[in-house]
Parts: sequence; C-alpha cells; structure tokens
Amino acid sequence: MLDLNTEAADGGAAGAPAREALPLVVEGLSHSFGERQALREVSFKLGRGDRTMLLGLNGAGKTTLFSLITRLYNHRSGSIRIFGWEIKQKPSEALARLGVVFQLATLDLELSVAQNLYYHAALHGLPRREAGVRLRREIERVGLTDRLREHARTLSGGQRRRVEIARALVHRPRVLLLDEPTVGLDVASRQFLLDHVRMLCREEGIAALWATHLIDEVDSAARVIVLHRGRILAEGPVPEVIRRANASSMREAFDKLTGERGE
Amino acid sequence: MKAVHYYRCMRGIVWREALRFLNQRGRFLAALVRPLVWLLIFATGFRFVLGVSIIPPYQTYIPYQVYIAPGLIGMIIMFQGMQSSLSMVWDRETGSMRTLLVSPLPRWYLLVSKLVAAVIVSVLQAYVFLGIAYFWGVHPPRLGYLPVFPALILAGMMLSALGLFLSSVIRQLENFAGVMNFVIFPMFFASSALYPLWTVQQANERLYEICMANPFTHAVELIRFALYEKFNLEAFGVVAGSLVVFMVLAVLGYDPGRGLITRRGGAE
Repeated sequence: MLDLNTEAADGGAAGAPAREALPLVVEGLSHSFGERQALREVSFKLGRGDRTMLLGLNGAGKTTLFSLITRLYNHRSGSIRIFGWEIKQKPSEALARLGVVFQLATLDLELSVAQNLYYHAALHGLPRREAGVRLRREIERVGLTDRLREHARTLSGGQRRRVEIARALVHRPRVLLLDEPTVGLDVASRQFLLDHVRMLCREEGIAALWATHLIDEVDSAARVIVLHRGRILAEGPVPEVIRRANASSMREAFDKLTGERGE
Repeated sequence: MKAVHYYRCMRGIVWREALRFLNQRGRFLAALVRPLVWLLIFATGFRFVLGVSIIPPYQTYIPYQVYIAPGLIGMIIMFQGMQSSLSMVWDRETGSMRTLLVSPLPRWYLLVSKLVAAVIVSVLQAYVFLGIAYFWGVHPPRLGYLPVFPALILAGMMLSALGLFLSSVIRQLENFAGVMNFVIFPMFFASSALYPLWTVQQANERLYEICMANPFTHAVELIRFALYEKFNLEAFGVVAGSLVVFMVLAVLGYDPGRGLITRRGGAE
C-alpha cells in the first residue's frame, strides 16, 4: 500500500483502472437520512493540483459529502472514485491516497503532538523510523517543530489545526479533504492554512477539496463548487462561475445562484 | 496491504491505548473500586452464609472470597469490555473514531485492534486486582498467574465483541445504565461468578439451564480453572465459539451504511 502510495502519485499504479487518472471523481451521488434528502445527484471532478472550494451554507450537505468520501457511511447510489478506485469496492487503495482534516478537532489531547502523529502513521502502516522522518518534515512546514514533545492540550486552536494538517499529510496523500478547517480560528491562523494548502496544490500537485460557508475564503485563483440543499448549482474556476451567473463577485454570484444571502 | 502493515497498525493502536492509560491513572484505579467493594465487603459478609463444597478446580474447602475472586475478575473485564465497545459505537461521530476509520486497513481489523487494545488494559486491571486480593486471602498457585493471561484475553475479547454487537444493533442501549440493567447485571447474576451452579440447580432447574447457556459463566470458569493451572475445555470451547459469533455479528452490525447515525436521522 505504501509503495502504491508514492508510485501512484499520478494514478499510474499497476492494477489501477488506466483510463481514469483523476484524483477524485464523484458521480451521481445521492444520500438521504430517512425522509430527508441530504445529497441529490452530486457529480464533480478534481484534477491534479486543483484547489476546489466547496461553498455552501450550513446544512447544504458538505459534511454528508465528506462522510461519504471518507467512508464513515456507505453510499447507496452513485460512485466515488479516488484515482479510479471506487471507495466501496477498493477502500484500502482509495483511503491510502486520501488525507482528511475533519471539521471537529480530532487530536488526542492526552497525547503529545509527536505521539498523535506517530499514531496516525501507524494507522497507515508506516514503519516508525520513516514515520519519524516524515512527521518532522510536515511539522516543520507548519512551523511547530518546537512543540513536538508537548501535550496537544497546551496548543492553541490554530496550532491544533496546523498539527491536524501535518497529520493528514504524513502518509503522503494525493487528495486532501478539509471540512470547514478555519472555523473558530483567528485571522492569522486562517491565512496560514489557506496559504499552506495553496502551496500544497501548486508545488506538490495535491488535489484539495476545502469545504466552507465563508465566501471570503473563495479566492479567484481557486475552483469552486456551489452546493445548496444537497444539489450542485455551479462548478468551475471562480471567474467563470461569476461570469456565468452574470455577477460581478463571488458573493453576488452565490446570492443569485441560491436565492439566499451568503455569509 | 501486507502483513507488516497490519502488525504496525495494531501495535500503534495498542500503544496509544497504553499511553492514554498511563496518562489517566485515576480512571484506571477507579475502575477497581467496584470489584474491590465486592471482595472486601460483600464477600466478608457472606463468608459464613454460603456453604461451599469441594468443587473443581479447587482441591479443598475454600473461603467465599476465594470462590468469587475469578467472578470479580470476570466483572472487571466485562465492565471494561462493554464500556470500550459502547464508546466505539457512541463515539463514531467524534474525532477518535473518525481518525481511526480513515485508515486504509479493513474496518473489521481496526475494530478488532481497538478491542484488543482495550482488553489489554482491562487485563492489567485484573492483575492489579489479583495483587490486592492476595492480601485478602486469595492465594492461587503461583504458576496460575501465567495461564490466566490468555484466558483473560480470550474472555475479554468475547465480552467486548458482545458489547460491540449489542450496541451496534440495539438502539435502545443508548446509555450505560441501560446496558447495566439489561446486559451486565443479568449476565453477572445468572452465572457462576457469585455461587457455584450446583446450588442454583438445586433451587431451580430452569435457571440453572440459563446460567449454563450464559457465555459469561464459561468466561468465569475458564478464568477460574486457568488460575488454578487447569484447562477447562468446555469453557474454552464456549468462549472461543461465542467470540467468533459475536465478532462476526459485531462487524456486520457496525456496517456504516446501516449504523446508528443513518437510522437516527443523521446529523449534518
């Protein structure tokens, strides 16, 4: 799996469906909780190095979508493929290439920063020594090397989020999911995360899907998916989505598309 | 996915559980209070009430606290097993389960690893209990402390798997009080933990049959025999068989597509 992890960087792993090399493809995905339909026929694609903002109000279906992609529950219709691996049939291959930063804080506060990262590396089957090298690199990139030995409890909210990003990258995923990662963070921490993910997409070709309800986080260099009441209303590069909506800004485009006022 | 990945993953999960235990010694010791109350107070009060005859694996008349010690160890691992498996179901939405479940290893393996880790901690508790019980007149043969280890692991896995299965499929078991009333107490009292089953048989044949069908009875007997350097094949067979059955049911019940969240109506 780990070898695949690096070799398959561009979808070229032996045995992988050849015609599909895209990092993430979602097709015809619907999901309901009893009567309530959370997602309706959702389809979109993420290319290599794409930084896609998944924009929607609270309750639009963003978390449901992430729960399905991370296999927290199984989807019953449509398909989710990571580098061609359908997550239902080949969860191991798919999940090995996926890194996730969850909406809620998921660090183990009883453990040190390093212990949290080692634990994650073990879950991905990494040998301890290699895990040590990788996690030091990731933690250095988020500027927290001097906090490695400290309990996660002593970190601020922004620092915890940075550790979570570092953790999501320890197994070198090619697709990164971030579910409202800036909620509750101050301006500086938010900017740091945005810049960090931008760098990951640009320099390492990681495909990132960043869920947010904050229109301000959607910059014109990104792609955007507007999700509203379980449906995708628009998808594409931000300037194109604005143009197609006959709007002058993303905020105006969002309001026009959804008929509601965004934040 | 190679065997070495599986090994590293389980080692990591057990290592984390051990670290958490080291960081939370208070909780670890608090879990020992309940069985110690039974041993130090209940058993003393009943010491001369119950006539205990010579029954295997004992070779002589034994005081009551010696009889119930294996049952109380069973209680420790049952409580811990149930608690850890219940938290796995209830905490599915919380961080620790979410981070666990994005591991590329199969879900059943992650669940089993998590149970193994919790059982190892509860086995440590059982040994601490045995250490304290030693000063209360519970003196099993010195070598008995070794074979009781695999017996505790096996019994712990079986009870944890039962807990995971029950909490995955029975919606009503939404708090620990429910589990205490409907699972732990009935299983504990309808077993050989507190009294030899021949006394139950003399009083009520039907209840005796229920006790014999109770996997917890066999878990206790497996521990009791192992502690006295004996192997109880029947108990082993029932415990191992129950483990397989409960584990399969638990893994099926834990299917995320049919889990609690979906049935509850979901949370966005």
